Amino acid sequence: MRSVRALAATAVLSLLAFSTIAFAGAPKQGGILRMYHRDSPGNASIHEGATYSLNVPFMPVFNNLVIYKQDEAQNRMDNIIPELAESWAWVNDNKTLTFKLRQGVKWHDGKPFTSADVKCTFDMLMGKSQQKFRQNPRKTWYEQVNDISTNGDFEVSFNLKRPQPSLLALLASGYTPVYPCHVSPGDMRTHPIGTGPFKFVEFKANESIKLTRNTDYWREGRPYLDGIEFTIIPNRSTAILAFVAGKFDMTFPTEVSIPLLKDVKSQAPNAVCVVEPNNVATNIIVNSSAPPFDNIDIRRAMALALDRKAFISIMFEGQGDVGGTMLPPPNGLWGMPKEMLETIPGYGPDVNANREEAKKLMQKAGYGPDKHLAVKVSTRNIPVYRDPAVILIDQLKSIYIDGELDVVETANWFSKIARKDYMLGLNLTGNAVDDPDQSFYENYSCGSERNYTNYCNKEIEKLFDVQSQETDIAKRKKLVWDIDKKLQEDVARPIIFHARTGSCWQPYVKGVTIMSNSSYNGYRYEDVWMDK
Amino acid sequence: MFAYLVRRLFLMLVTLFGISVVIFFLLRIVPGNIVDILFAAAGYVDPADKANLEKELGIDQPLIVQYWHWIIGFLRGDFGYSYVSEKPALQEILPRIPITARLAGLALLFSASIGIPLGVISAVKQGTKLDYTLRVISLSGLSLPSFWLGLLILTASVAMFGQMPIFNPNPKTWLEAFATYAVPAAAVGFRSAALTMRITRSSMLEVLRQDYIRTARAKGASDAAVNYHHALKNAILPVITVIGIEAAFLIGGLIVTETVFNIPGVARFLVEAIRWRDYPIVQNLVMFIAVVVVFANFTVDMLYAVFDPRIRYTD
Repeated sequence: MRSVRALAATAVLSLLAFSTIAFAGAPKQGGILRMYHRDSPGNASIHEGATYSLNVPFMPVFNNLVIYKQDEAQNRMDNIIPELAESWAWVNDNKTLTFKLRQGVKWHDGKPFTSADVKCTFDMLMGKSQQKFRQNPRKTWYEQVNDISTNGDFEVSFNLKRPQPSLLALLASGYTPVYPCHVSPGDMRTHPIGTGPFKFVEFKANESIKLTRNTDYWREGRPYLDGIEFTIIPNRSTAILAFVAGKFDMTFPTEVSIPLLKDVKSQAPNAVCVVEPNNVATNIIVNSSAPPFDNIDIRRAMALALDRKAFISIMFEGQGDVGGTMLPPPNGLWGMPKEMLETIPGYGPDVNANREEAKKLMQKAGYGPDKHLAVKVSTRNIPVYRDPAVILIDQLKSIYIDGELDVVETANWFSKIARKDYMLGLNLTGNAVDDPDQSFYENYSCGSERNYTNYCNKEIEKLFDVQSQETDIAKRKKLVWDIDKKLQEDVARPIIFHARTGSCWQPYVKGVTIMSNSSYNGYRYEDVWMDK
Repeated sequence: MFAYLVRRLFLMLVTLFGISVVIFFLLRIVPGNIVDILFAAAGYVDPADKANLEKELGIDQPLIVQYWHWIIGFLRGDFGYSYVSEKPALQEILPRIPITARLAGLALLFSASIGIPLGVISAVKQGTKLDYTLRVISLSGLSLPSFWLGLLILTASVAMFGQMPIFNPNPKTWLEAFATYAVPAAAVGFRSAALTMRITRSSMLEVLRQDYIRTARAKGASDAAVNYHHALKNAILPVITVIGIEAAFLIGGLIVTETVFNIPGVARFLVEAIRWRDYPIVQNLVMFIAVVVVFANFTVDMLYAVFDPRIRYTD
């Protein structure tokens, strides 16, 4: 009898222990997540912006048709899941992408969500509707989409001009929310209405952004948080100090630089911090339409002079990646392997040998120890632009190029680049989706508005189309590597490095995942909860 | 008196007109406008979209037409819409004014309440250790940039108390509200306090050497009575002038302090509006400040004329 009692007591104790563990790990409902925001976004309309300053606070207001799984760090085709769609299918020789839509979903103003909203959104993005966005920076994403057709209220099809498997990846980006038909683009800039886990409450410019829980959210039991409050703090020192002092539950994602991260860890040792690549490449834009950089030898010499590891060491204490256009592996899906990368001029490990070769090219072009080439290195007046520009100027000295820093205010930067009023520029290129279609067409295709250097190679452009239509991932990867290698060899827009940045949160914040190959797609926040 | 008032009123209107012209055209001389900034941020430009946006905001029209629309709107009380937030400009500006006014007021109070007594003490104790210490403090006050002092205060608060005196938009008690403003006001007012102290000291030293001070002492007046009743009363005039001038300079310090302490006041807002080339906000805000200053001068001029009849006849 005694042994039976002992066994029963053991069983009860075990049950208690397990349930305690289970409850401790189970998400809790409630609480307001307090986060600082690095700057005041111009408006609240994701489709009209091109900065993740917009995605972070407003992505929780919306849903996409499909989305990258929010609890996985790497964005991949195989972790795209349905959101406003319930399922999708490629039909018509991969030229039609059809979505079955979720029923019973409501916009935050109570109106029902239907296929008409999807058609409205993408017609506007393609510039085919009466209503227009003030700005439409991602119109080129949908160049292969012929039209959008609906079949009843809950089926919608994207009819393509040719197969483009990566369309699904573009639709899964944080930049691709579905907008309501009944709200004008103007109203979406000031008071966005979505179907997402959080409702917009208010946006005070330069002050704060507030979101509250959507109690009618279609996903049962989500979101866990009662709301999210962003306090806009442009001064980075103040923001970090406020996080350390416990005024905020989380830093602005991917905004903590590597040196600052050490400060945070020393002052708030319990804070959880991660460092991930943000898929923003620091690169050089070269005005090859005017002397001296119309000379391919000088362009190649410049590419050979780069000591990429020195940039990474100075700026990120070694935490950065050397790569081509596409983010290098293991975080990047399409980057060239190291062995291939090192065969490209300027990427070899022997920097001195590269520079000797560069000097020979400079001498061939008529420059040498007695005749230096004077150039202006233009860049935006922001530290992330200015700092590498200074290092670049220093490195160019080694091959008889005397650089002078030309700092340009943001308001004048793009117009200066567009009218080709520069020799060399230090630029940052962020990729919303880790997919070659987004990167190649946007930055290197002839006539693209973002092809700042006007690099135009019709042969390469044909290869862009070939890789874009390829459904076999391995074959496509091989094509992408060849294209990327050629782009670097042509010194189309030499990539210096791919940055890594940090994000921190207090230990009681759970369910946060920082994406490792894009800084634009991971801010739905419906799985985030607070254990306090 | 009536002729004097009309003359002054006319001068005030001419001044305001001049200011409006200067603000308007200076803003347009600065390269780039809101449309350039929006497209620069998006990293592309579509000429048709750009033209549409310029038309929508009315910045495609000739400058003189734009000026006319603005000034007529201003006189009618229609301040237009912010280009950035698309909200009425007045709705954006008004809630921020009291925040900056409180901060500026408290900073001036800090400046006077610290600077004047310490200046008197420094003068009275001339050549002593206390005098030297106070002079070093005042010198450091003049040398320390307010942004650096602000950051130092924030860092020290976090390191020593684990707390941070950052702006609280909804203080629950009067004390909390005071704490919200007191630390940044002290940071920005420290420089003014140092200047006030130095002016008070030198002015007091001059007065303390006057014959009537010696007479007061000879009559057996106490030190406190001599220093504060006889000397300070006569030494305070240049101090008041300096505090008045400092009030105008304060706006520069407030921009930095509002940024460091993250205070959503009008000074930081003005800088942000300039950065975005948000013309309706910048024009109306600067014009509003100009109207307040010009009216204050006008009122003072009128008061002078009331109290000193010579002014209205000679000016």
